[in-house]
Amino acid sequence: MFKILKKQELSEFVTLFEFEAKDIAKKAEAGNFFILKIHEEGERIPLTIADFDREKGTLTTVFQKVGKTTEHLGTLNEGDFISDVIGPLGVSSHIENFGKVVCVGGGVGIAPVYPITRALKEAGNKVLSIIGARNKDLLFWEDKMRDVSDELVITTDDGSYGRKAVVTVPLEEFLKGGDIDMVIAIGPAIMMKFVCKTTEKYNVKTVVSLNSIMIDGTGMCGGCRVEVGGETKFCCVDGPEFDGADVNFDLLMERQRMYPDEEKAAMERYTEAIKGGK
Amino acid sequence: MEEKKKAKKRVQMREQDPLKRARNFEEVPYAYSPEEAMEEASRCLVCKRPACMGGCPVEVNIPAFISLIKDGKFVEACYKIKEKNSFPAVCGRVCPQEVQCEARCLVGKKGEPVAVGNLERFVADYEAEKGEVKLPEKPKPTGRKVAVIGSGPGGLTCASDLIQAGHQVTLFEALHKAGGVLVYGIPEFRLPKAIVGREVEYIQKLGVEVVVNAVVGRLYTVDELLNEQGYDAVYIGIGAGLPMFLGIPGENLNGVYSANEFLTRANLMKAYLFPEYDTPIKVAKRPAIVGGGNVAMDSARVALRLGAEKVYLIYRRSEAEMPARKAEVHHAHEEGIEFLLLTNPTGFIDDGKGNVCAVECVKMELGEPDESGRRRPIPVKGSEFQVEIDVAISALGARANPLLPKTMPDLKLNKKGYIMADETGMTSARGVFAGGDIVTGAATVISAMGAGRKAATAINDYLKWKYWDFRGPQ
Repeated sequence: MFKILKKQELSEFVTLFEFEAKDIAKKAEAGNFFILKIHEEGERIPLTIADFDREKGTLTTVFQKVGKTTEHLGTLNEGDFISDVIGPLGVSSHIENFGKVVCVGGGVGIAPVYPITRALKEAGNKVLSIIGARNKDLLFWEDKMRDVSDELVITTDDGSYGRKAVVTVPLEEFLKGGDIDMVIAIGPAIMMKFVCKTTEKYNVKTVVSLNSIMIDGTGMCGGCRVEVGGETKFCCVDGPEFDGADVNFDLLMERQRMYPDEEKAAMERYTEAIKGGK
Repeated sequence: MEEKKKAKKRVQMREQDPLKRARNFEEVPYAYSPEEAMEEASRCLVCKRPACMGGCPVEVNIPAFISLIKDGKFVEACYKIKEKNSFPAVCGRVCPQEVQCEARCLVGKKGEPVAVGNLERFVADYEAEKGEVKLPEKPKPTGRKVAVIGSGPGGLTCASDLIQAGHQVTLFEALHKAGGVLVYGIPEFRLPKAIVGREVEYIQKLGVEVVVNAVVGRLYTVDELLNEQGYDAVYIGIGAGLPMFLGIPGENLNGVYSANEFLTRANLMKAYLFPEYDTPIKVAKRPAIVGGGNVAMDSARVALRLGAEKVYLIYRRSEAEMPARKAEVHHAHEEGIEFLLLTNPTGFIDDGKGNVCAVECVKMELGEPDESGRRRPIPVKGSEFQVEIDVAISALGARANPLLPKTMPDLKLNKKGYIMADETGMTSARGVFAGGDIVTGAATVISAMGAGRKAATAINDYLKWKYWDFRGPQ
């Protein structure tokens, strides 16, 4: 059982938890993820590690309420327990002094991009960061990102905060400067796809972190199959980070939509149960 | 005359009607009644030199336990099995008895062999039902500490043996529930999860500490267990975890599963109870399962029970070459699974929305025997055809999962990534033993148990001489 120590509502849809996970925190690195299961009847879902504190023995995660399990998770409070937490999973980010890097976080993807940005900064890189969301309410961690970046650009689709643009607009401006050594982008699949299309023109290596459907997270089930460079890879053990130029994003998006009817049914049933006071 | 005729045939276990059971997840056979068990036991000749025991990987004293059943001493019979096998309720259900003990039974020479598996199952269930599960006396503590990695049949056996030798034992499991393949792989209707739960509880009562959600290799390394956490030895029984795919076009379409994923969703995550349980699974109308082993049979029969109208089982050889237990093949036939034999899939077809809608196949014929001794299937030119399906499940076997081994530079692996160990389970790394599928490649529950037992014996020896001059297996 894993105790939630801190809960923070970052927006109507986005929640932060800091919870006890002593042994995982000891091993967690930027780029890792974990899997949780809320209770006996729950499903196993992968979530990103947004931060870790080895001394306190805690992990921080940020999640968006998009379905039954994340809605339910969002109802838990400080002092409540999560039944199962498994991690750290996935290959950690490759960190070194590349030179000048751009870190792009879109929506809830700002959370996992943060520890990577911090590690890149600590490794001596010049770090230019872009965080973007649909609107002001969905943005978070501007201060934290500013602390670990040499320059920070904020975008919103509707212009309610920062620049009215999608993240690829300031990204292209950085790329035009001609001295970018690497880009890392984490966000919705569609955003990562367009980031890669943008960087391709400038021939800049782009690392993306994929979020496929998973069960065990250890390579056993193969449910998280992604196509990279024409080969099938397992997101959980081969990734979650891959060279974005090689990723088949269309397939990723199709596979993310594997259970539309089931997701809808689960959500409706859950909403009914909440209304019924269960 | 009547007496002799009776002895030729075994007492059959009554079974759920095939059409009824094809729609539920309850066990297929009903257990023997005490009278039936005694009648079946009376067929045993109690041979002086019992051949059956030689067929048992853990050397259960078969004639002895069957004799006790004859005398109505069911609980004692169970204790007799437990001297050699801690998990009779599991083995009675999933062992391939027809190629082990029962294959060597003398009665079997002139009729049906004694139903050793059915009897084993009967006494184990009887013991559990009567609540007379006996705990052995606590051994004298040795002060030694052993980590067992993987809580499948091998790990459970090894942990159970080691705790009874007086060591302190921790059993690590990567998933959230202990039992390994017994929990995520073998379906409820073949091995009720309550039975596995009972066996795990049993070893906990013996004193084994079970730690779930522990992915060794990520959360802790073996090196840390040995050098920082105070373990004196480690047993690796992690199974052959990686699923194999066909490597044909369309395999990443939605609706194409590995058997590992399909069965894990259904069994471990209880997706067959969706939406009471949160994990979804595609409920197919016309699923196709590719493969001919027990895992293929299990997947086909799970798909049927989820509500499929028509279930295809595609296998590239003929039924005679199928590696599955005969009983499973028989049950699959009875339940109406359609076997497409001498058939090989060559591609999955997209419905235009990223879902599988058909499988392209080619007919096969059998040529000369290959390295497995089975006749090699060869494609028949021009015999291509399509079958309309909405889910496909690859049950083609498994490979070694490198997650743990790759964190151990001093652990020798073979070319396929399996851990190299001698017959006692000793590996090239000091204090590290391994057994089961991660050493041999995919095999059976009972052979994993046998390996777990052998390694426990070797670990006992090692712990007595821990500071010996270690050279590893030669």
